[in-house]
Amino acid sequence: MRNIFAVMRKEFRGYFDSPVAYIYITFFTVLSTWLFMRSFFLVSQATMRGYFGILPWLLLFFIPAVTMRLWAEEKKLGTIELLMTLPLKDVEVVLGKFFASFLFLAVTLVLSLALPIMVSMLGEPDLGSIAGGYLGAILLGGAYLAIGLFVSSLTENQIIAFIIGVTITFLLFVIGEEFVVYNAPDAIVPMLKFLGMGAHFDSIGRGVVDSRDVIYYLSLIGFFLFLNVRSVESRKWK
Amino acid sequence: MIEVRDLTKHFGTTHAVKGISFDVARGEVLGFLGPNGAGKSTTMRMITGYIPPTAGSARIAGIDLAENSLEVRRRIGYLPESAPLYGDMEVVDFLRFIGTVRGIPQSELGPRMKRMIERCGLEKVVGRAIHHLSKGYRQRVGIAQAMIHDPDLLILDEPTSGLDPNQIVEIRELIKELGREKTVILSTHILPEVSATCGRVIIINEGTIVGSGTPQELSAGSDGKAVVHASIRAGSEKVIAEKLLLEDFIEEARWEGTTQEGLHRFSITATDADRAGEMLFAVIVKHGWTLGEMRTESVSLEDVFRKLTRGEAA
Repeated sequence: MRNIFAVMRKEFRGYFDSPVAYIYITFFTVLSTWLFMRSFFLVSQATMRGYFGILPWLLLFFIPAVTMRLWAEEKKLGTIELLMTLPLKDVEVVLGKFFASFLFLAVTLVLSLALPIMVSMLGEPDLGSIAGGYLGAILLGGAYLAIGLFVSSLTENQIIAFIIGVTITFLLFVIGEEFVVYNAPDAIVPMLKFLGMGAHFDSIGRGVVDSRDVIYYLSLIGFFLFLNVRSVESRKWK
Repeated sequence: MIEVRDLTKHFGTTHAVKGISFDVARGEVLGFLGPNGAGKSTTMRMITGYIPPTAGSARIAGIDLAENSLEVRRRIGYLPESAPLYGDMEVVDFLRFIGTVRGIPQSELGPRMKRMIERCGLEKVVGRAIHHLSKGYRQRVGIAQAMIHDPDLLILDEPTSGLDPNQIVEIRELIKELGREKTVILSTHILPEVSATCGRVIIINEGTIVGSGTPQELSAGSDGKAVVHASIRAGSEKVIAEKLLLEDFIEEARWEGTTQEGLHRFSITATDADRAGEMLFAVIVKHGWTLGEMRTESVSLEDVFRKLTRGEAA
């Protein structure tokens, strides 16, 4: 526990030791707010639905950018040799890195709370669906992070980690969309629909927290963290 | 302290380490010597648990690396080659991170860090980001992080590379001091370093051990021969050479010229390295020659190294 926390602390501070974190957060907040506000007054409804509609697409690019350095940079600079010869279990390092990026995501989302506050001052939004939207964003973001972190462990090039991260995340997000499922054989349609990240996000975002959706995201996170441990482990004495 | 048996590492078709076996006793300072790319770093990376071997085993303090690498890593302090450190971190934060992960209790961490900072001379740079430090300071931070948990075994991969001469001396002093209580393995391709710091040397070339022993043993010459340079005054150089070659212990007497004062300079290869000078002197006295100058050239570590790593018969 102490080890996970130590790694997390190191990685989280690592974001803020360079200007990168501030640039990410500013960019994300400004862009998401602007995209939301653009249509907010046109629709003139006190709802956050538009915001949670664009959020998965923004996170699609934002999150691989957050995770791309976590392993790739260690490999590039050789610090992985230092890290992996410390008395740390592989799973502790993976979890430490994951929670650091998770905390970073949480900080970013907290900064966007100005929007729901503004909306509730202007009207009477459905607070349940806003809370659901945030819960969905955290879960979806967590899944994106686990994918991005895993991809980062496969390469020492951050750009490659970013691009492959975006690609895998995108595929998993759209795999259940009507547009994709339309041409698929009937037999696998329910499976594709279940596997797609988008549908689960939408259903949580409606303010209906179904345990199946939560379990779906948690198992997706668990699966990619497991793959990550395995990919790190492969360089160790058995 | 360390038992290594037939450690082998292949990277694809490259055979980086080809079955190395050696032991290191507690409190010994062992030097890995070898040209670049000989397999020194690969061997160290296997012993520290960073990469798995293709075959072979290693036990550290009686613990098999394959069975419990975590426990082994706990007991080792490791400075990887060219000291890769987290550049964005400040020196204190970095040491605190390593100390925490190394399991030093929070209450002890402060004093322990302070001691490392003093011992490695880092007082001036504690608050600076590591990537702003000079190579010498970075190396010292690397050594500080390797020692912070007071390990029994220190593994230092080229600890003095890239340092200026003053820093090299400092680091060597530090290693010598550490060697009094701890087991140290260090690698280098700089020869004087070995004689200055190590109690025992293993010479590695192309993935195999080609020589080992104390620096003295190695420089005494692997074949027991010595070269004696002597300037002799007597008749002609030919007569001297002939008479010298009559002696059993002299293998070769090469005339290298005659000085303006009429001294004939010879380079004499003798078989008994320890007594060659003495015996040659007796021969000169016997013939009633005059000796201008005599100097026995002991085979230096450098010669041994060059010989062993060039694949010449040792």
